Amino acid sequence: MAKTVTFTIFRYDPERDKRPYYKNYKVEVRRPGMMVLDGLNQIRWEQDGTLAYRRSCREGVCGSDGLNINGVNMLSCITHIEDLKEPIVIQPLPSLPVIKDLVVDFTDFFSKYYIVKPYLITKTPPPSDRERLQSPEDRKKLDGLYECILCACCSTSCPSFWADPDYLGPAALLKAWRFIADSRDEGSDERLEIVNDRHGVWRCHTILNCIEACPKQLNPTEAIANLKKAIVQRKF
Amino acid sequence: MGNIPDVIIHKHDVVIVGAGGAGLRAALEASKVVNTAVITQVFPTRSHTVSAQGGIAATLGNMEPDNWLWHMFDTVKGSDYLGDQDAIEFMCRMAPEIVIELEHMGMPFSRIENGKIFQRRFGGHTREFGKDAIQRTCAAADRTGHAMLHTLYEQCVKNQVIFYNEFFAIDLIMNEDHVVGVLAWDIVNGGFHIFHAKATMFATGGYGRCYKTTSNAHICTGDGLGITLRAGLPVEDLEFVQFHPTGIYGVGNLITEGARGEGGYLINKDGERFMKRYAPTVMDLASRDVVSRAIAEEIRNGRGCGPKGDYVLLKLDHIGANVINERLPGIWELTYVFAGIDCTKEPIPVVPTCHYCMGGIPTNYYAEVVVGNMEQPETPVKGFYAAGECACVSIHGANRLGSNSLLDIMVFGKVGGQKMAEFAESLPEHVPLPENPGKDGIERVIGLLNSTGKERMGPIWEELKESMDYNCSVFRTEETLVKQKAIINELWKRFQNIGIDDKSRVYNLDLVETLELENMLTYSKAIVEGALARTESRGAHYRDDYPKRDDVNWLKHTLAYLEEDGSIRLDYKPVRLKPLTVPPFEPKERVY
Repeated sequence: MAKTVTFTIFRYDPERDKRPYYKNYKVEVRRPGMMVLDGLNQIRWEQDGTLAYRRSCREGVCGSDGLNINGVNMLSCITHIEDLKEPIVIQPLPSLPVIKDLVVDFTDFFSKYYIVKPYLITKTPPPSDRERLQSPEDRKKLDGLYECILCACCSTSCPSFWADPDYLGPAALLKAWRFIADSRDEGSDERLEIVNDRHGVWRCHTILNCIEACPKQLNPTEAIANLKKAIVQRKF
Repeated sequence: MGNIPDVIIHKHDVVIVGAGGAGLRAALEASKVVNTAVITQVFPTRSHTVSAQGGIAATLGNMEPDNWLWHMFDTVKGSDYLGDQDAIEFMCRMAPEIVIELEHMGMPFSRIENGKIFQRRFGGHTREFGKDAIQRTCAAADRTGHAMLHTLYEQCVKNQVIFYNEFFAIDLIMNEDHVVGVLAWDIVNGGFHIFHAKATMFATGGYGRCYKTTSNAHICTGDGLGITLRAGLPVEDLEFVQFHPTGIYGVGNLITEGARGEGGYLINKDGERFMKRYAPTVMDLASRDVVSRAIAEEIRNGRGCGPKGDYVLLKLDHIGANVINERLPGIWELTYVFAGIDCTKEPIPVVPTCHYCMGGIPTNYYAEVVVGNMEQPETPVKGFYAAGECACVSIHGANRLGSNSLLDIMVFGKVGGQKMAEFAESLPEHVPLPENPGKDGIERVIGLLNSTGKERMGPIWEELKESMDYNCSVFRTEETLVKQKAIINELWKRFQNIGIDDKSRVYNLDLVETLELENMLTYSKAIVEGALARTESRGAHYRDDYPKRDDVNWLKHTLAYLEEDGSIRLDYKPVRLKPLTVPPFEPKERVY
């Protein structure tokens, strides 16, 4: 007989429910290392097909399944059930509108990502027949930045992001720095202009929740600090 | 639910279904010229390209001299001579330019001292026609797919490509012999949408989710193939399913071949480096079908590891923590999370895992969907294109080489995008929609939303994927395939009595997964029928009862059609053995 644990899951279907509620499910832990996503799938496939959530790669690289589990934002597909205290309370990511159950509306999150011009900006044409050169040292500056999976765990754990609807948030700011830090990019001026705003880098109060929440062990606070430094250095 | 639902009609010149590497690359190209929209089941950066690890093959020659003809030879040989040599030549010649373009777009490739792109060894890639392994695979650490997909999406943002995110394609819409668009379901809000197009591309990805042990994402349910079959069009070579040698034991997640490219190797329970017995020259870097079969042989012959003797070990600790941290950081993370192992210290338990689908929607090297047979030459289906894993060009033939898939999606995504733009521009007007467009698909969805059937998607799917693992994976026989055919027929009968729990229109995952299951049941029949008919062993298709390749009878592509009564009809077409400019590589015995 497999051990069972209880998932307490936030439920809300706008077509059916006046208000959200929590529902308990028993999940069998059938093998060591079972993830929260395996538990959600077990519920959907064996008990209750009405439960909605997002998932894709199931290995922590696509960023679909950021959830708030026992009060902390994480990815359900790389969170071991055994590491969690019961009852395991599963809620949608905080501060974004709920579409249904654990599915939130990312429109606001992505609109802020678009604002920082999240793409390589170049003015000098590249060589016609080969790659642009970049030293291994310069390439190393992108480590800890390019790995972002846009799961929104960081931004939705940030009290400043909750409080200021216009705050760009740690994910968008980390992305801005990923390009500014790239030796090939020539868009620093326009990007720094965008983030040098009361709803940009200056809204970060180094609460550090983003670092704790990031499932890829990235450090958005450090990226924001680098942006602040770059802005100040540019002024003086 | 009312009887007659509202259907919203959108009109674009080009509509691309799928936002992985192939779909985004096509969108970047087509949107330069004509009005282009992408519809996708998941937000673009959630597509399965994101999971690709090792790299993209191209003869840049940054590490050592290389030649596109060697790459072409390796690909033809890797395909067990089932690959079409015109398309393979086309792809290998274009590879360096494709990689350089990606770099120019901003892709964060790893670098070598002189600032050029880093390249690593990969299975089946050799210098001078098989002499020794070569460093050809361009990499961004072991997160190449992630780096590529994000870069492409960034470029789409920059170029303001139109996206319909979280729309699920249900059926193709045809007006006589012309594809005029696609019917889709809006997952977030519920509701039917018709995308009316001059040119429609499927870039819908692979079909690995009909197996239980798989490296594939949840979304890799091969929907494009189910849709194509329902439209009366053929799918090609579905029996060729690649099992990657190194999936993490118990869960199937992928450990890149790059791990062996960087010096890792496989051992059995006696600690023996057994690949030397199967592929004396390149050993652990033989092609994937060869290594997967070797692992399965070791396990079958009692040399597997662990209490059940059902896995082998991938040893990495000897290559040093520095190399692992620098070149394989994602692998370290995956093995730590999924196997609880620090691979700088301990070997990783691995088994073959369903990884890649060589088969798909038949196309030529312009990404045009084509129909032909042994007598009739191939002719394009007007307005219909396919690229990426859902397509069968066929570049990969009976077995794909590692790091050729990221290349495939870039080359044929790009070319397909260009061809669609040209085609759309050549049509003064959209070909009109037929009467009652999408009627059948709309009725199926409404039927599910009103369903009272007792069967559920979960148990049927579980049985499908478990039995496919058992009867139709690395080794196959007539007996297992006949059994599997009966199982699928039985599951198909049960599916006729399907019901769904969720009757809501908003984010109804139950509905989407049930539609996916319908697609999986549809094309799984084609996988099994193709495998049963093919009485030979070639590449990834290995018949214990017919262990030899048979070029006299089987050097041809399988085509599968869905009949009215739900059965599969098989047909065949020749392999295009003639390259574009060079002499053909004649079929030879494959030794690594």
